[in-house]
Amino acid sequence: MTGMVDPNVPAARGAGGLPDWVTATLSAVIPVLTVVGAIVALWYAASVGMNRAWTLDQMERRGLEMSTMEIVADTMNQERPVLPTPHQVFGELWDTTVGQPILRERRGELQGNPRNLVFHAYHTLAPTLMGFAIGTFLGVLLAVGIVHNRAMDMSVMPWAIASQTIPILAIAPIIVVVVSNLPALNAAVDNGVISEEMKLLIPKALISSYLSFFPVVVGMVAGLRSPGGMDLDLMRTYSASSPQTFWKLRLPASVPFLFTSLKVSIAAALVGTIVAELPTGARFGLGARLLTGSYYGQTIQIWSALFMAAICAAALVVILGALEKLVLRRMGVRP
Amino acid sequence: MSMVSLDQATRPNRWLMPAAGAAIVLLAFSTDWRLGVFFAAWFGPWAVNVLLANGRVGGAGAIVPILFGVTLLGLWELAVRLYEISPIILPAPSAIWAQMVASTDVLWADFQQTILKGALSGYIIGCGAAFLMALAVDRSGFLQRGLLPVGNFIAALPIVGTAPIFVMWFGFGWQSKAAVVVAMVFFPMLVNCVQGLKASDAMQRDLMRTYAASYAQSLVKLRLPTAMPFIFNGLKICTTLALIGAIVAEFFGSPTVGMGFRIKIEMGRLAMDMVWAEIAVAALAGSGFYGLVVLIERRMTFWHPSQRRG
Repeated sequence: MTGMVDPNVPAARGAGGLPDWVTATLSAVIPVLTVVGAIVALWYAASVGMNRAWTLDQMERRGLEMSTMEIVADTMNQERPVLPTPHQVFGELWDTTVGQPILRERRGELQGNPRNLVFHAYHTLAPTLMGFAIGTFLGVLLAVGIVHNRAMDMSVMPWAIASQTIPILAIAPIIVVVVSNLPALNAAVDNGVISEEMKLLIPKALISSYLSFFPVVVGMVAGLRSPGGMDLDLMRTYSASSPQTFWKLRLPASVPFLFTSLKVSIAAALVGTIVAELPTGARFGLGARLLTGSYYGQTIQIWSALFMAAICAAALVVILGALEKLVLRRMGVRP
Repeated sequence: MSMVSLDQATRPNRWLMPAAGAAIVLLAFSTDWRLGVFFAAWFGPWAVNVLLANGRVGGAGAIVPILFGVTLLGLWELAVRLYEISPIILPAPSAIWAQMVASTDVLWADFQQTILKGALSGYIIGCGAAFLMALAVDRSGFLQRGLLPVGNFIAALPIVGTAPIFVMWFGFGWQSKAAVVVAMVFFPMLVNCVQGLKASDAMQRDLMRTYAASYAQSLVKLRLPTAMPFIFNGLKICTTLALIGAIVAEFFGSPTVGMGFRIKIEMGRLAMDMVWAEIAVAALAGSGFYGLVVLIERRMTFWHPSQRRG
């Protein structure tokens, strides 16, 4: 997927006496704001429409007379609405992040507070980052193998594609069972090499790495093959060895491709972790929050967990984007 | 293919790899005979694959990946038998196959419920709606500039999370699964379609204008064909998303049939061979679905550089 800003749209020429960069920014921001505004308006309209039935039902049961305005106001502020309104969702988000202490005291020690959404986000983000690291490492390794070895290219690539057609949720419970029964892992826990908490992280991280390695493989294979015949010929005239060509030509050429696929892959890693939390009976994490919300009909809780996940995804992508700019500038790539 | 083969002269000695492989096998034999058998069963077919891939054998393109897959399955079977792994942890492929044959009717019912009713209907509705929306958006530059960034953003979000909401709204039946699938595939498809519709050159569009082509004519004869690679890219991404969405949604409530439901129930009973049988069906369905889209793509965009061969 390409960047956020459309390069095909010409920057507006200082109309109305404004500096060029102001009009350029405005012409990029105003359409986005319009679309977002339209979505919010639609959301409110939909919540009025979907929550009306309950309000009308309550009105009839209590024998109340309500004006249209009162009905609309009620639909927007129910406790368990069919569709919570934006202000309810963001209110809940605010209450469960800023309005709750992150740590609480229990049995004499400070622990994470399960009422705080930041705590759940942490429990989702830790395996996400771990899985992302594993996935990226494996993806780069596979891509290097695929580019340098014809047999690997022909045999691994079709199966890498096939691996992504397996719905991860289906394998999530199995990975949990297999990993928690690995003798080597249990021995490591017993010897104190890794903590018990770490062991619970590993299945989630593996599932998220399963989703995140694929974009990296595809992007890195394209990137490592991006040097053209001229560049490779030049390396040959220097009588560069295969490793030299790799380190000095192929790897630097692949960096822009790598970052593009890393952005896709970290979003996929987050989806992987959230999905991994569903069938594994996780008690903490955004996926667990979704599940408990759905059990108890707490729609506002579901939506706020969903938005927290969205905020996390956006933040991770933005951080990678900033890193990309920094690295590419250091490498001397002109935008 | 744009791949440039590595210079022969810079290759490491061609005896290095076989020698290293043989050394590893011997070393493994000397520590544990089972490990030795395992590595031998791994490196043997791999050597054949390397020979096939580097030689000029006709049909190697099909044989090499199949041999690789068979090797993987064989190694799995071998590992389970040699190390006597408990079937609760990891059943052997042969046991999974036996379970699949024994419960075809259950698997077929689950397949119908989840793939045909849930995933496929959602896929068609979602991709169709996204395509129509892209056609509508395409006429307005303002909407395009607004929708593309927002669409790109939403496409990166964990939309799977909407599953509990849709199950609440549309009930436990397949309709809620289809709704989740629609939500999951809509934005990736929309972004790809909008980008595809912009893919034609200014020169080509000018040419259509000199022919006095109407909007519909230039859409059908120029812009839709140039958009096809993008549209198929979206369709391919969405096949996987559709299956994931349909199965995930079943974890939040389903009738007593469906692949997600079955996996959840059989997991609880520790009947791992049945869980693996469902996964095998899901994998086959996913690969088949993806393969079908690729086949249609080859038929429809045979002219595109990415589809040219030889």
